[in-house]
Amino acid sequence: MEKDKLFEVKDLRISAYNDEGEEIPIVKGVSFDIHKGEVVALIGESGSGKTTISLATLAYTKPGLHFTGGECQLFGKDVLSMPPLGQRDLRGGNVAYLAQSAAATFNPAITINEQVTEAAVLHGRLTQAEANKRAIELYHALELPDADRIGYRYPHQVSGGQLQRLMAAMALCSKPDLMVLDEPTTALDVTTQIEVLKAFKKVIREQNSAAIYVTHDLAVVAQVADHIVVLYSGEVMEQGSADQIINNPQHAYTKRLMAAARPKPTAGMGVQVGDEHHREADNMRVEDMTAGYGGIVDGEPVVPILRDINISVKNGHVVGVIGESGCGKSTLARVMAGMLPPARGDILLDDKKLKGSLLDRRLDELQKVQFVFQMADTALNPKQLIGNIIGRPLEFYHGLTGKEKHAKVSEILDMVELPPAFASRYPMELSGGQKQRVNLARSLAANPEVMLCDEVTSALDSIVGANVIKLLTGLRDKTGVSFVFISHDLSTVASFADEIVVLYAGRVVEQGPTDEVLEPPFHPYTRLLISSVPEMRIGWLEDTMQKREMAVGIARGVEITRQGCPFYNRCPLAIEGTCEVKIPAILELEKGHQISCHLSLEQLLETEAETQKILHGFEKVGDEDQFSTAH
Amino acid sequence: MTEQTASKSEAEVIADLDAFAELPDAPPKRKFRLTWVGYTSCAVVVFWLAICFIGPSIAPFHEMDMDGDDSFLDAYSGEYGSFHLGTDYLGRDTLSRVLYGARNTIGISLAATLIAYLIGITLGILAAVKGGWIDMGISRVNDAILALPTIMLGLIVIAALGSSIPILIGTAAVIYATSVFRISRALGQDIMVQDYVEVAHTRGEGIWWIIRAEVLPNAAMPLATDFGLRLVFVVLFISSLSFLGLGVQPPASDWGSMVRDNLQGLTYGSWAAIWPALAIASFTIAINLIVDDISAKSGGSLAKKMV
Repeated sequence: MEKDKLFEVKDLRISAYNDEGEEIPIVKGVSFDIHKGEVVALIGESGSGKTTISLATLAYTKPGLHFTGGECQLFGKDVLSMPPLGQRDLRGGNVAYLAQSAAATFNPAITINEQVTEAAVLHGRLTQAEANKRAIELYHALELPDADRIGYRYPHQVSGGQLQRLMAAMALCSKPDLMVLDEPTTALDVTTQIEVLKAFKKVIREQNSAAIYVTHDLAVVAQVADHIVVLYSGEVMEQGSADQIINNPQHAYTKRLMAAARPKPTAGMGVQVGDEHHREADNMRVEDMTAGYGGIVDGEPVVPILRDINISVKNGHVVGVIGESGCGKSTLARVMAGMLPPARGDILLDDKKLKGSLLDRRLDELQKVQFVFQMADTALNPKQLIGNIIGRPLEFYHGLTGKEKHAKVSEILDMVELPPAFASRYPMELSGGQKQRVNLARSLAANPEVMLCDEVTSALDSIVGANVIKLLTGLRDKTGVSFVFISHDLSTVASFADEIVVLYAGRVVEQGPTDEVLEPPFHPYTRLLISSVPEMRIGWLEDTMQKREMAVGIARGVEITRQGCPFYNRCPLAIEGTCEVKIPAILELEKGHQISCHLSLEQLLETEAETQKILHGFEKVGDEDQFSTAH
Repeated sequence: MTEQTASKSEAEVIADLDAFAELPDAPPKRKFRLTWVGYTSCAVVVFWLAICFIGPSIAPFHEMDMDGDDSFLDAYSGEYGSFHLGTDYLGRDTLSRVLYGARNTIGISLAATLIAYLIGITLGILAAVKGGWIDMGISRVNDAILALPTIMLGLIVIAALGSSIPILIGTAAVIYATSVFRISRALGQDIMVQDYVEVAHTRGEGIWWIIRAEVLPNAAMPLATDFGLRLVFVVLFISSLSFLGLGVQPPASDWGSMVRDNLQGLTYGSWAAIWPALAIASFTIAINLIVDDISAKSGGSLAKKMV
């Protein structure tokens, strides 16, 4: 590696002090180099110190942390020992930081252009006119729509993916030597993630700038990084070229991370249902349901979200609901739970109609359908002990008190693999994954028939999330409870669900048994979702971008339409004059597999064959990706 | 590529992972300790509260004992014994009157604040939980009262009903209930939209359980902090009313009226007006410091909510 060394982190040590004044090391002697034009990825779980290390390149620590040793050298000069004015010049000048959430980074009251150019002008690197010119160049480079004028808009007037790219423009405007990207795609949908990754990669190449890419997602890292540093608990476990780490990991921890990474969703990867709980009776059914917000006028919601939904949840089954954000996944679960009464249609539990609003439902009906919220942080009352949180449903529905209740709480804690001693802790004293387990335990305590899980793994790290999925699978087998599992992550759903419902803009576009949904024929939207899940393979991003559906599909947001097929404007196979006017009929395929599309089965299969042909063009020989080669 | 030597071996890291199944959990944090400022302030407050009860029995004179014409005497200069803090404009022992006055000033304020809290929290949480026209109705009436200047309102009420201790307490309670209402309503509304309240709703819990188990425990800390501040305002309010001659009526002593009555003494170099002023200051500042200390411990966010 005889490239110019740009940045060197040498034996970096960062510590915190607790109330007793004891030193708690957070970063324990980390070293790595960054060369010009190189992307270095820091990967690890939350708590591994990756963000802390990346911030150290700006000579900054979060409040309460202190540098206790080591150096961070930019062009051979230590930035940690610089005077404050020098550090001020460094930040936003030489080194630019991109935070995880663009929505929280942009000031909603100032136009985008002002914010993008601010740092460059402030640091005297460019005049305002030069900066404006450069910003527009960057907008073009980042393939933003209406690049010449997008700068005059306000942050709320662009989509989440666009805002994320605009943040990259903000960082790049002052031509920094080093960019620090902190989980820039973690909060995005898979389709948006591709769009953002592609733009980042292109612009980093073109500008020949170096970058630190912080993430916990190995598949993403495989697409952008040249060099990978694997961190655990503030220490480097392993580092090396991207090729070596991805294809030939040495350290056991890296192997563990790879195992927890999202696999490509394929048919046959799901867990098969155990026979003992498997009864073909419907547990819960939704029939011709239409729902939305803003009140109901003439039987139609003012702001319609869901339309004509028909799904059924069989006893002991896991139904996965997938779709991008804004497709109405959570709304569906809220309607089923009775939090949002539907405008039309019925919800049936064990073939008996449920009232639309939970206020009108009977206690035993409420007990049988439990809703699990996405964010355990906000779903657990911070002032209640875990024992009381889990104990309340026991007391409320089943009348357990005293010792009986206490014993049952311990039993339930054991079911979610937490020690019984946790009953006397407060939610604040648990980690994210543990809180999510308590959140699930509370619903379990009600002894429900159906659990509605709204994105319960989305906020968790890959390893922690994988553990929660393992737990849910075990619970299903043990208790025979049915799950409606909502997620935007197709691979999680594929590994866990018996049936998949694909929602797009409030309509079911495809549903059926997992293996059928993940095999051709696909609805064009399902195809787009499957293709968008990043694979842990170097070069995957480039390959994927050549597919036809990507060109049309990724750059658009979800729009709820009142007529025609909602996917019309993103569909590579759209039939003009039909798709945007008529609501598509449902194609009934074998084993209850349904696709809602104007194309015939033959046409769908034909395009699939074509896609595979194109794919085979650049599929490497010996590639074991069974999805691409099997058909 | 330089190979790093981590402090933990490969096997140890994996053992760690298997043991926790995830990274170590956050350590229990339940210790709540005040700084020395907080402790000192607590001592001051406890001191004054004790004086409320034992003040009259340890006072060297009765609050109404007069020493003839010997007004504004310096300390230790009278013929009837030693006046530790001198005498006031009527020749009464200042120390005794401060000790007696504590009961009136602090007692009235405490009673008024407690009643204000009872009214304010009940109505505020009710408005937040019920919403709709109940919220609308209570809030508009509350806004109307808030719009009136407090001292003016107090003056009018007392002018109409006469000055007695129950009326003083009632007036202060109603005036300060308005701001307690606003705070508890805002807190309640914040909490009502939290996921855990929605969980309780989906479980089918009744309104009283939600208020008792979900809303109140989360509102308690900010409200307790606010209680300290509110108490200070009421002390000052009662003192200003007394200063204007509408508060506690002579010859009973209270700190506010003591300051007013003895103001003229300042020109003679007498300390008679300073001592009760110091008493007011020490009590109110001490409470404020406790509030600040607690608020700093809870991340400073409380202080922001209060303002």
